[in-house]
Amino acid sequence: MSGTGPRENIFPTRMALTTTKGRLKAAQTGHSLLAKKRDALMLRFRAILKKVDEAKRKMGRVMQVAAFSLAEVTYVAGDISYQVQESAKSAQFRVRAKQENVSGVTLPGFEAYKEGSNEFGLTGLGRGGQQVQKCKESYAKAVETLVELASLQTAFMILDDVIQITNRRVNAIEHVVIPRLENTIKYINSELDEMDREEFFRLKKIQGKKKRDTEERAVAAKAKAEAEAEAAEDTPRAGEGGGYEVGQGGGDDLLASGKDKDVIF
Amino acid sequence: MSSAVAGIKDRTLLAAIGDEDSITGLLLAGIGHVDKGRKNFLIVDTKTQTSVIESAFEEFTERKDVAILLINQHIAEKIRPMVDRYTQPFPALLEIPSKEHPYDPEKDSILKRVQKLVGE
Repeated sequence: MSGTGPRENIFPTRMALTTTKGRLKAAQTGHSLLAKKRDALMLRFRAILKKVDEAKRKMGRVMQVAAFSLAEVTYVAGDISYQVQESAKSAQFRVRAKQENVSGVTLPGFEAYKEGSNEFGLTGLGRGGQQVQKCKESYAKAVETLVELASLQTAFMILDDVIQITNRRVNAIEHVVIPRLENTIKYINSELDEMDREEFFRLKKIQGKKKRDTEERAVAAKAKAEAEAEAAEDTPRAGEGGGYEVGQGGGDDLLASGKDKDVIF
Repeated sequence: MSSAVAGIKDRTLLAAIGDEDSITGLLLAGIGHVDKGRKNFLIVDTKTQTSVIESAFEEFTERKDVAILLINQHIAEKIRPMVDRYTQPFPALLEIPSKEHPYDPEKDSILKRVQKLVGE
């Protein structure tokens, strides 16, 4: 009858009922919006998942190709690893952060760019020059693939987090907030009904009392009228002596006759 | 999460932990960066100790200018517990194959997480 289960502790008035109903409506709207957001995010998530899988396999192939070209260079120009390590000073291959907005979530991504001159100081490798150049290019391509993959991966991880948070919120609204508000509304309604019943009962009681009062007065007035009528019959037998009294007794005593009926315009 | 995204603007470098050939190739592509004697790459061979790899991993993941950390899969195997515990979004961790060890999707920790989620 009154809301079973947890409800809010508020004073049951009609105003409170209206405001609580408004809050319930808002909660329901919020719930459906969040559910939509969660569904959109999940769709995006699955798309990225597929892309990540593909990209990882592509990376495997691309790295293989690059490794072959390095092997060629080593075959032609000998071991260049030491020179390469020593000449690494400032990174030419860098990444830039970029933001992408996916249904309200800003996802970061990486964009590769080249900074500085392409001069590596290695082209003076003599016989290997062209091979080294080729190897450089194939590795550059490989690293670009890797950068894309890293972007996808970060997007994936952040999306995962956001989906979990949104899911939690949806569940919270569905299982905690809305039942509470519904219980509160039921409680207020039942309290208001109870107050109405009490009011009704009180009214009935008062009506009954009024009725009894008017009845009693009617009975009393009737009894009095009868008594006076008897007195009026007696006095003509009393004669002159009582004539004077009759005059006085015959008419109603103005002061004793009680309240006049109100004159209503 | 917001602080990580704010810091991402400064992250521009790629770091790498790998065997000699992988590192040579990556350096050829131009990711090598040396500032004040600090390198952004570590060459690992059969004699390198696991603790050295672990400390390099920690150092690279804590640096604020590294956006992506590349690591050979067979080296990641050596520090697998540390790699599995790694959950930061930045720097992004990527396991790459090497000449001797082609790419094995079974061992990739990120893909394992993916499969766990898809399986849910």
